[in-house]
Amino acid sequence: MSDETQTIGERDLQAWVDGRLSPERRAEVEAWLAAHPEEAERAAAYRSLSEQLRTHFDAVLEEPVPARLQETMAPRRRWRAAAAIAGWIAVGAALGGATVWQLQAQRGPVPVAQPEAPVIAHRAALAHVTYAPEVRHPVEVGADQEQHLVAWLSKRLGGDVRAPKLDAEGMALVGGRLLPRDPGPVAQFMYQCARGRRVTLYVRTEGPDQRETAFRFAREGNVRVFYWIDRKFGYALSSADLNREELLRLANVVYQQLNP
Amino acid sequence: MSDARSLVALIPRLRRYARALVVERGAADDLVQDTLERAWSKLHLFRHGTNLRAWLFTVMHNVHVNRVRAARPTDMLEDDMPELAQQAAQGDALVVRDLERAIAALPTAQREVLLLVALEDLSYDETARVLGIPIGTVMSRLARAREKVRASMDGKTGSKLQVVK
Repeated sequence: MSDETQTIGERDLQAWVDGRLSPERRAEVEAWLAAHPEEAERAAAYRSLSEQLRTHFDAVLEEPVPARLQETMAPRRRWRAAAAIAGWIAVGAALGGATVWQLQAQRGPVPVAQPEAPVIAHRAALAHVTYAPEVRHPVEVGADQEQHLVAWLSKRLGGDVRAPKLDAEGMALVGGRLLPRDPGPVAQFMYQCARGRRVTLYVRTEGPDQRETAFRFAREGNVRVFYWIDRKFGYALSSADLNREELLRLANVVYQQLNP
Repeated sequence: MSDARSLVALIPRLRRYARALVVERGAADDLVQDTLERAWSKLHLFRHGTNLRAWLFTVMHNVHVNRVRAARPTDMLEDDMPELAQQAAQGDALVVRDLERAIAALPTAQREVLLLVALEDLSYDETARVLGIPIGTVMSRLARAREKVRASMDGKTGSKLQVVK
């Protein structure tokens, strides 16, 4: 056994098989393999195995996806709206994402201590993760039609909805959308800064017996949420990009603008 | 793409891996279905900017491990194998049966590593994260899996490492 045997290990051999070596190391391993035909044969057999695996199982990629898997987005046991979701996958993302979002929200844990407020935080966070990563369709109605957007959402929510102006904070309105909720729909406004960081404001109507609340903070996964109730609306400001202090500052601006 | 559409787009990849992992088509799709349901309910835990496919494999691994644990220690593979061998015709078909049989005969832990690396082309790092094991374990399982499959397809039990010319 030569010195080389010490320097080329099993790990190098496996990495050679998988094509994961740097060009320099690959050359060293190949030189070693040339001097060790038994090992070279073994390595070649491993490579051939990988090719056979791919050849054999790639056929699965060409198979049509069974309907039951597409329908999985609406797990059948727990929810009644399965048909709606299955339909959504065919229809498209805008409507369906919202439907799924609503169902998903029902699945999450609902803290007992504050029976109403955390639900808004949870749902706002889910709506945020659904739409904030969207590149092409982040909103239904863009900021270029802001008047129309606000009028439309006000009409659907049955109250005077306003989109706060956050330009002074470096956040421009991208637009908004309507989300389904029972009872009554919800509005979502999206803002974005020059660096592409996004914030969404979730607005829903509250029952007449709701009191005003202070700002509360919640965290859902990587999404931070400040939420509060003010007269007939509940608000939740969500972002995965802003830290807690930045988001709180923004929440204060939003609150002041909506309560002149 | 939204998360939902990304998930839907990845279903064929999940099915391919599942088929290689559990062989039988219905059982493989059951695994995919459970994985999608679980992924869907845990989607808020997924970190954007990371690899959604690798994350889904993590979910599938957990689902699979739980199912294996809950199921009978020997699943249908044992029963199916003689039948598969008898069905084997000739030429390519025979090679395919041998391949499926050799993969199925691996311990689950080794099969997962081999499939994630060789079939799904995950990096060693990603594979380690998906399975929640150190990278050294990935490498040793990978080497053992490959050698077992090679020996089984060669019809040999020994390792060529010991052959001296």
